[in-house]
Amino acid sequence: MIDVKHLCKSFDDHSVLKDISEHIHPGEKVVIIGPSGSGKSTFLRCLNLLENPTEGVITFNGVELTNPKTDINAIRREMGMVFQHFNLFPNMTIRKNITLAPVRTGLMTQAEADKTALELLRRVGLEDKADAYPNQVSGGQKQRIAIVRALAMKPKVLLFDEPTSALDPEMVGEVLEVMKELANEGMTMVVVTHEMGFAREVATRVLFMDEGRIVEQGTPEEIFGNPQCERLKSFLAKVL
Amino acid sequence: MNLAASYEQWKSLMVLGEEIGFFKEFYVKFYQAFLENNRWLQYLEGVGTTLLTTALALCIGILLGVMVAMVRTAHDQQRPGNHNPLLGLVNIICKVYVTIIRGTPMMVQLLIMGLVIFKSSRNFTAVGALTLGINSGAYVAEIIRGGLMSLDPGQAEAGRSLGLGYIDTMRFIVVPQAFKAILPALGNEFIILLKDTSLITVIGGKELLHAAQGIYGRTWEAMFPLVGTACIYLVLVLIFSWFQSKLERRLRQSDRR
Repeated sequence: MIDVKHLCKSFDDHSVLKDISEHIHPGEKVVIIGPSGSGKSTFLRCLNLLENPTEGVITFNGVELTNPKTDINAIRREMGMVFQHFNLFPNMTIRKNITLAPVRTGLMTQAEADKTALELLRRVGLEDKADAYPNQVSGGQKQRIAIVRALAMKPKVLLFDEPTSALDPEMVGEVLEVMKELANEGMTMVVVTHEMGFAREVATRVLFMDEGRIVEQGTPEEIFGNPQCERLKSFLAKVL
Repeated sequence: MNLAASYEQWKSLMVLGEEIGFFKEFYVKFYQAFLENNRWLQYLEGVGTTLLTTALALCIGILLGVMVAMVRTAHDQQRPGNHNPLLGLVNIICKVYVTIIRGTPMMVQLLIMGLVIFKSSRNFTAVGALTLGINSGAYVAEIIRGGLMSLDPGQAEAGRSLGLGYIDTMRFIVVPQAFKAILPALGNEFIILLKDTSLITVIGGKELLHAAQGIYGRTWEAMFPLVGTACIYLVLVLIFSWFQSKLERRLRQSDRR
């Protein structure tokens, strides 16, 4: 589904990603773990070109994203993204936050989008917040709304960039719950997270990144039960 | 007692060098500066020109400022490897414009425009308004650009990640939020512009200060016309600030409610 070949990314002369090749299959739930500064977020942001790769080729369902002639907006419509800091639009109601993109991109009429928004909000238990503004709801609620906003575009894959890192501990659970539900429904997901419990429970594959490379990967059982490299062992010893 | 008659009487006493007391003297000078020969009409006309010049300069300034800010931000936010050479050229022109305007004094710009570039034009007020507009545009451009840049980049990223194009992201997400942020700075710029219209007198623009100069040139009494002019400017600015704070409050309400 998403194919990454020899991806390199450097900011000025600081090299963040070093020759990453990886393939993400439909239905997979890939969780990326690793110490901070290892390039996890940059890797994820390269997948929908929020960061422009310095080198390498990324293909999404046969379309080459890294080709400057590709209509990146059309690709992004099929790749939802959830951010660490939610990035809801504070100048619009929550309903408008959710319906803006589907309506403006011609995916739905306003009426259809309103209906979809309410259905999705109901699913995450927030239908009564439709007319509130983002600053009036809690962090956990914001992140659930951000997930709904991404879902409203009916994406084929969802990218999560540390979705629970900016939340109060007591709100992490409600967001992870929504993500687990999505995973169970078969959504393809790529998740950068520090929630090892979530990785263990939901991931079909765990990637461990360090210093711009994918150092080790495998099923959660392999990664958490039988880590091979020293770097992963010491990382797990610290976080578990 | 008749106003004009007492003015004539006290004035003739003053001319003879007689002490007539503070209030009578004040009255004479005030009458001379504002009422004699219906001089208040000249001030009024001056205020009209001042406001017209401000409005004209404001329109030019905002138009130029928005265009320059749009070019500069669009240029800086291009995808690497996707550079548009035409945009690059326009961006350089915009940069040169902002540098020159911000790097030279307003007064010098006015003199160059009035005495060099539009040497043969007799419409001094229009030349003045044009110069002020061009000047203001450079500052407005930087204010708008600053506002667009100061917004959390995550906002634009969220818009783009949803598949919205650059224009839609700007229109619905970035610009409405940036507008709220730049309103105080923009209001400040407009106040400066309003006061700077007084500078167009150096090339013969007939606004408020020009009227005052004409009057004290005839009466040889500068204090009343000048202090009066200052008061009129102050009142204009106060009205302006009142509208501005009203607008700011309205915009703030929408995100709290």
